[in-house]
Amino acid sequence: MVASEPKIRIENVGYAYDGKPALRDVTLDVPANAVTVLFGPAGGGKTTLLRLINRLNDLVEGTRMSGRVLLDGRDIYAPDTDVPDLRRQVGMVFALPLPLPGTVRENVIYGPKLAGVQDRTRLDEALFRSLTQAALWEEVKDRLDDPASALSGGQQQRLCIARSLALEPEVLLLDEPTSGLDPISTGKVEESLVELKQHYTIAIVPHSVQQAARVADYAAFFLMGDLIEYRPNKEIFTTPRDQRTEDYVTGRFG
Amino acid sequence: MNRYLVQRIGFALLGLAALVVVVPILFVIITIVLRGIQAINWEFLTAMPRDGMKAGGIFPAIVGTLLLTLGTAIAAIPVGVGGAIYLAEYARDTRLTRAIRLAIINLAGIPSVVYGLFGLGLFVLFLQFGTSILAGALTLAIMTLPIIISAAEEALRAVPTEFRTVSASLGGTRWQGIRHIVLPQALPGIITGVILGMLRAAGETAPILFTVAAFFLPRLPQSVLDQTMALPYHLYVISTQVPGMPIKIQYGTALVLLVLILSMSTVASVIRSYYRRRRQW
Repeated sequence: MVASEPKIRIENVGYAYDGKPALRDVTLDVPANAVTVLFGPAGGGKTTLLRLINRLNDLVEGTRMSGRVLLDGRDIYAPDTDVPDLRRQVGMVFALPLPLPGTVRENVIYGPKLAGVQDRTRLDEALFRSLTQAALWEEVKDRLDDPASALSGGQQQRLCIARSLALEPEVLLLDEPTSGLDPISTGKVEESLVELKQHYTIAIVPHSVQQAARVADYAAFFLMGDLIEYRPNKEIFTTPRDQRTEDYVTGRFG
Repeated sequence: MNRYLVQRIGFALLGLAALVVVVPILFVIITIVLRGIQAINWEFLTAMPRDGMKAGGIFPAIVGTLLLTLGTAIAAIPVGVGGAIYLAEYARDTRLTRAIRLAIINLAGIPSVVYGLFGLGLFVLFLQFGTSILAGALTLAIMTLPIIISAAEEALRAVPTEFRTVSASLGGTRWQGIRHIVLPQALPGIITGVILGMLRAAGETAPILFTVAAFFLPRLPQSVLDQTMALPYHLYVISTQVPGMPIKIQYGTALVLLVLILSMSTVASVIRSYYRRRRQW
């Protein structure tokens, strides 16, 4: 379905927590410089799949994985993978805004600092660039040294996006990034996605079908651990091929 | 019976229970302060004991207790906090780690005199440290380890998991997340546990009885292999072993020990409330 070499290739991936399957034989290409939406009702395995792309599920005990995940053609589960380095290439934004303790500035430069960047000017540049990309700079430029927890929920979530962008990742994974936000903040986050996809590969689990339809360049529908339908455009929302997809996007269940 | 009356009686009983706790403590403190204060003067705090301890000061016992507490801290803090980090952050739930936890819980329940005998056997005799500050501090350290480990582990576990996930997602190694996020957040709880452990060490008599404490030694220790006097043991000695001891010296010694310990626990509460106010979750 995807013409050029995909940025990420999910190959026959299965995954289980304590013997309970969460994903079954999923194969999916995520193309570069586009927004790929993974949507479907809760428990479909979307978040699990997202967390497999930067190996965050390594932190969970008692799980089993099969299949391969390729980033630029390289298997990220190969034994010689530098996992922290992988996570710098593949950034993640979580469902709830989770600022780290500390100031706005400390939050944004946390990643680069751990990566060994000490130069003040480089850190300041990363701060300005990533906050601008996350459409937050104008609102916080005078509050950089305030506690991050003092920002509003919407600002905190964009701060979390900026924090990931500070590492100049190649891929950005967003797990229901607007689930806790009001419509205005949601709009701002969605707008920033349009800008961001010029430079990044984006995979997002949206918090509603409507949001999926608004932001999708590619869309994949998941149900109970199975990938039901994957289309390289928004047609999945208007002319779904599978009955189950149609039932979900028209609101018959979910 | 009217249910508001029942409630009133209930509250009265609960208040009484609280009173039963507070009154004896106040009584003890007031008695010690009133009787002890008469003994306190510059000489009492800074001079060596004279005339079979019936006159002079308790300086070597004060120094001894401070040295023993310091030695305990040096030995127990790295091991205790390190062990807690291992248990809370790295150890998976296996039979071994469950055995370790069980051991820690049981260690906390062992009578302090048993620690004293253990210290005598291991440090004084087997490792040939002799009756010395080294042997005494290590014995006290082993006794305080369970307190420090339990408090520190609890403080580490209270830090939300999400911080570790976020740190990992930003390319942090597990240790970087602990070092930069988890430890600073858990610090007040860890400090509280450490100080509680030190309080216990400063006030115990039995563990130092066979391992370090000198009955009467009117000079300061020169090295960690020397014996020393210490406040709790000195108090025991002058209260039970020396006939004709002036009572105000006994209360004076008790007062010094009490002030030492209460000031340490005040420091602990100040640190805790300072960090609580700065905490952001």
